[in-house]
Amino acid sequence: MTSSAITASGLRKAYKDKVVLDGIDLDIAAGTIFSLLGPNGAGKTTTVNVLTTLTKADGGTVRVAGHDVATETRAVRAAIGVTGQFAAVDELLTGQENLQLMADLKRLGSGEGKRVVTDLLERFDLTESARKMASTYSGGMRRKLDLAMTLVGRPRIIFLDEPTTGLDPRSRRTMWDIIRQLVAEGVTIFLTTQYLEEADRLADRIAVLDQGRLVAQGTPAELKRQIPGGHVRLRFAGELELDAAARILPDSTRDDEDLILRVPSDGGANSLRALLARLDELSIEVEEFSVHTPDLDDVFLALTGRTNTKVNA
Amino acid sequence: MSYATTMLGRNFKHTLRNPVAVFNAVLFPIVLLLMFVYVIGGAFDIPGKYIDYATPGMIVLTICYGLSATALAVNSNMTKGIINRFKVMDISRSAVLSAHVAESMLRTVIAIAGLVGVALALGFRPAAGPLEWLGAIGFLVLVSFATTWLTVALGLFAKTPESAGMVSVPLVMLPFLSSAIVPAETMGPGVRQFAEYQPFTPIIETVRGLLAGEPSADSVIVAVIWCVGIALAGYVWSLSIFKKRA
Repeated sequence: MTSSAITASGLRKAYKDKVVLDGIDLDIAAGTIFSLLGPNGAGKTTTVNVLTTLTKADGGTVRVAGHDVATETRAVRAAIGVTGQFAAVDELLTGQENLQLMADLKRLGSGEGKRVVTDLLERFDLTESARKMASTYSGGMRRKLDLAMTLVGRPRIIFLDEPTTGLDPRSRRTMWDIIRQLVAEGVTIFLTTQYLEEADRLADRIAVLDQGRLVAQGTPAELKRQIPGGHVRLRFAGELELDAAARILPDSTRDDEDLILRVPSDGGANSLRALLARLDELSIEVEEFSVHTPDLDDVFLALTGRTNTKVNA
Repeated sequence: MSYATTMLGRNFKHTLRNPVAVFNAVLFPIVLLLMFVYVIGGAFDIPGKYIDYATPGMIVLTICYGLSATALAVNSNMTKGIINRFKVMDISRSAVLSAHVAESMLRTVIAIAGLVGVALALGFRPAAGPLEWLGAIGFLVLVSFATTWLTVALGLFAKTPESAGMVSVPLVMLPFLSSAIVPAETMGPGVRQFAEYQPFTPIIETVRGLLAGEPSADSVIVAVIWCVGIALAGYVWSLSIFKKRA
């Protein structure tokens, strides 16, 4: 057992002449959360499919839990749990039956199976709906059941493909809490997401995927240092104030129509205090003041030179 | 418990939660039997009692009629998300499909038992001895096995549940164009040749022969070859589509 849960080198995959993954290298330490960040069509799901033995790569090697995905497929499958983008639950079974099905397929004994099912229902707050058919569940409940099913049999490595896409903020937070708990128990998490915020909050390391290539890799802090996308947005009451402010803040970009000035900023308390102090010195009234942290668009703009949230692949 | 029996339990729950389908599978063949025996059959010129002629054909029809539900179940299983979960688990790939076949065959056995019960009550008096009965049961299980595997392949092949309902129609229709209801010799040219050479005529003649206590070796051999061929083709085709559809 090495300390790497997942390693990949030179991973390639093409569908006909369309290159989806163009040489991906990964090294994910056991017991950490790794987040693969990218827009729709960047190749996130294809990466997950290759790592989870669903799709065969055209080139490169992948080891998951110490086993080669191409030659030791069964050993890999026994070690992993996968929750895909679309809830993989049996709609004609109840929540409890879905979990029991997993317990049976994982060959847990009947006593242990029952205990695991009861525990998971409780942990995911599904006990009340346990005897209802999954088809009657809300989107958030379905996702929870889906993840609960993945956890039956305690997989050491869990793949979560956009686990919070389409969830309301409360369900998203619940999902984040569950993910943190899992890592605290020593599980390795491979998480794909479209949201920088999500990767930022959860991940130990982030890799940014764009058109089948990793364009950046590092801790959230390292990554954000590469992104100059953060800025302060100032709105003024009139053109006079806008002109005055623009004169003392030469790096800023102005928007005359909406009377807005965007000032590049790291968002830190010191730089904000300095900025406000300068405006105050010259008695420039600011109507509205807001700090913008970089979002995925900023990341892509910075790393690829284009705003790129709609690449098809 | 093996993977296949776990999956079978799952499929059986699905079936029980769809009472209309069960009702349909069991009741429709009985309605058809009543219709042919009491309404239409009187006009047919068939030696002996018509119910003795028609019941074996109806039994085979029952097998085929249940297939559309199987095609639909297999297809919706593939188009719903849970199949992706099974694929990344360390379980045998064929367990999912075998469970469909087992469930379909169980449903068919229940439907045939119901049909034969009604037929016996209506005066069906097969001459078969215990050995022929056993032979007939074994042969019907083989027919059900073969046609179900082919249906599983068709269900997998169909892109949507709607088209899955369609792909099984030929299998449901074939027995009507065989000697199930009237002897092939009485049919018009073209249809007659088709009826004589399609698999369901020897299959039905085998069931009829066995139940009448006088099986003809010719039709038994042809029917068994057909069944083994259909089963093999269905099995190989099913697995190849199943592996391809990610």
